Amino acid sequence: MVPLSWYLIFAAALFSIGLFGVLSRRNAVAILLGIELMLNSVNINLAAFWRYGKDVTVMTGQVFAIIVFAVAAAEVAVGLALVISVYRRRNTVVADEINMMKW
Amino acid sequence: METTLIWLIPLPPALAFFLIVLFTNKSKMLSHTIGVGAAALSWLGSMYVFYKAITTEHFSGFASSIPWLPTGLTPDKWFHIGVLIDPLGAAVLFFVSITIFMIFLYSVGYQNFGQPDGDHDRAGLPPHGATVEEHGHKHVVPSVEPMYSRFFAFLGLFAFGMYVLVVSDNLLTMFVGWEIMGLCSYLLIGFWYGKPSARNAAVKAFMTTRIGDVFMLLGISYLYSVTGTLTFREIFTEETLHMLAESTTFFGMTVSGFIALLLFIGTVGKSAQFPLHVWLPDAMEGPTPVSAMIHAATMVSAGVYAVIRMFPLLTADYTGHGLTTTMSIVAFIGAFTALFAATIAVAQNDIKRVLAYSTISQLGFMIAALGISAYIAAAFHLVTHAFFKALLFLGSGSVIHGMEHGVLHTGNHDVDPQDMYNMGGLRKKMPITFWTFLIGGFALSGFPLITAGFWSKDEILADAWAHGHTAVFWTLAFAALLTAFYTMRQITLTFLGEPRTKEAEHAQETPWTMTTPLVVLSVFAVTFGWVGIPEHFPVLGGLVPNWFHDFVGHTLHEVPEAVEFSIVPLLTSLGVALGGLFFGWLAYRNVNSVSEDRLQIPFLKNKYYFDEIYDTVFVKPIYWFAENIVYKLMDQQVINGILHLFGPATDGVGSFIRNKFDLPFINRLIGDGSADVTYWFGGKLRAVQTGRIQHYLMLALVTFIVIGVVLYIFVLA
Repeated sequence: MVPLSWYLIFAAALFSIGLFGVLSRRNAVAILLGIELMLNSVNINLAAFWRYGKDVTVMTGQVFAIIVFAVAAAEVAVGLALVISVYRRRNTVVADEINMMKW
Repeated sequence: METTLIWLIPLPPALAFFLIVLFTNKSKMLSHTIGVGAAALSWLGSMYVFYKAITTEHFSGFASSIPWLPTGLTPDKWFHIGVLIDPLGAAVLFFVSITIFMIFLYSVGYQNFGQPDGDHDRAGLPPHGATVEEHGHKHVVPSVEPMYSRFFAFLGLFAFGMYVLVVSDNLLTMFVGWEIMGLCSYLLIGFWYGKPSARNAAVKAFMTTRIGDVFMLLGISYLYSVTGTLTFREIFTEETLHMLAESTTFFGMTVSGFIALLLFIGTVGKSAQFPLHVWLPDAMEGPTPVSAMIHAATMVSAGVYAVIRMFPLLTADYTGHGLTTTMSIVAFIGAFTALFAATIAVAQNDIKRVLAYSTISQLGFMIAALGISAYIAAAFHLVTHAFFKALLFLGSGSVIHGMEHGVLHTGNHDVDPQDMYNMGGLRKKMPITFWTFLIGGFALSGFPLITAGFWSKDEILADAWAHGHTAVFWTLAFAALLTAFYTMRQITLTFLGEPRTKEAEHAQETPWTMTTPLVVLSVFAVTFGWVGIPEHFPVLGGLVPNWFHDFVGHTLHEVPEAVEFSIVPLLTSLGVALGGLFFGWLAYRNVNSVSEDRLQIPFLKNKYYFDEIYDTVFVKPIYWFAENIVYKLMDQQVINGILHLFGPATDGVGSFIRNKFDLPFINRLIGDGSADVTYWFGGKLRAVQTGRIQHYLMLALVTFIVIGVVLYIFVLA
């Protein structure tokens, strides 16, 4: 059986890729993609800890992951709606150029 | 009952004053109703008190007093004020209330009530007449006084002052009434304040009488400090008078004599005696007869009344042989003033000024009488004089009013309606005024037997003769001769002969409100003399009891004895009165203009240049002192100099603090400095707030990593 650490390393790598995407991309959609990646790496962690936990019959890990999905779906829905709205107004999705509230 | 009423007598005029001033000022009708009504109430009250007094056996006085101020001298020692009507007070109250009531009534007519408003009348100036259209043509009629209500308010306050003075039982409230009258005389003389002459006369009257008042106040204070009381009846006790007469003070005078002298100086001011007589003739600037009469018949009587009141003090150290210093001074000033003013009156052409000087002269008679201790004669002459002089003044006002009518008719305003040389022949135009004026004039001259003036003046002369004061006697006799002379001159010039101007031809009799007081007063000017006919007088003596002597005599502890009859003063007073009247008529019956008048001697005409002398000796130096010393030196140099010193000094200190401390330290360093530092930090820190979420996240990540590394190194390792 694959040891737990493999999953954790994989999730950490995926999280880092997501973080990198969030911090480095200028496109708002790409930033949202990065966030999704980070959320999913957490889900991997949750599932892995459940599988390697003491009591496999209580499905706490999956339940947590499903809640995260729901939150992610809602977030993306709101986020993309905002992006579309900004795009319509400013004709751009570059985060730097969305500076209406900046000093 | 009587005492309560006495307390209330001064009240109505005072209330009238406040009512008119505060509420009814707009309504002329209401104002004079209140004014005359108040005077009538006081008159009724006074008459009741007088009636009670004369029907009381051996009347010695109604008195009532209340404790007013705790003095702290000894325990329970209060300063009492109260009212006192003794026989003297009753007699004074009698004539005061009648004359005041008559003045109020007369004022209604004199100030032209019921006439239209003037064409161009202004408050502060006498009315100039109004044009009315009647039957298709225009003519000018007298116009109503613009400040009609105000006049009645002042009269009310004046009457209040006089009543307070008469009913007071102590010197303090008497002095209060005295000063109220001083104020009112100022207000009434300056009633037409638009005229510079009236303004000056008002100030002059106020300042001159003030000189006397200061001395009077000194006398009152001295008296209080010696005796501890100001109530008449407490002062006039045997022990107090004896104590005052025994001790001596400045200049070797007795205390009583010295106090009496100080109080007498107050009278000199108030009763216009030499050398403070100068204000009275100028006081004629007031609304013609009324304030003139107040100053001649009422207020100046207050001065004489005060001396009569203080008579026991004046004569406390008098033994009956040789006058005391104070009495000599009083007698001298009185006799001198009597003669001196009479000589001036001879050369005056203004109808009112003649009467003004005649008043000064007659007051001199009373003062002289007091100086030779002829107490009752002085009181008697005070009362009779008040009646006939009031009558004469009101009569002269009536004449002037009639002449003003003529002036309005012809429209020639250059004609002075007060100059006797513009009159003549008025007996036909103004019969009531003429006859009453004649009665008054004869009373003033002392026309024998029928007029009041004869009896009172004769009594003064008889007293002077009987007590051997021949100098006083002859002076007064000569003054009486002049009195008869100038009175007849006045009557001749005003009423007899033919009109000398068109204005006099068109003069008109005055309305009933003015003639009624004349008639009433002329009755008293004749009859009041009959109550004081000496008992030893040939033929007439004893027919009517000498009531006045008996009645007023009871004011004193011992009723003064009636003087023995002597033929010399009787013949003298007969001679001077008839002779003066005859010569006056003889000399002036054919005089038609000023140039024919041989007595227009500049020296007399200009009143011995007293105004000019006072102007040079007192007024000008004081002006100079005020201008140069007080204003230019003290005020501008010293006071302003000090103040101007403060300015730059403060400015210097202020600038120093501002420039050396406030600006560099407080403002620059603390104020601006802290702001600068904050600003600088803000500027630097602003860069952090980029507004980009990625920068914040990056910062969070870096911080996280740093904290993680630090924890790893320092905690875990």
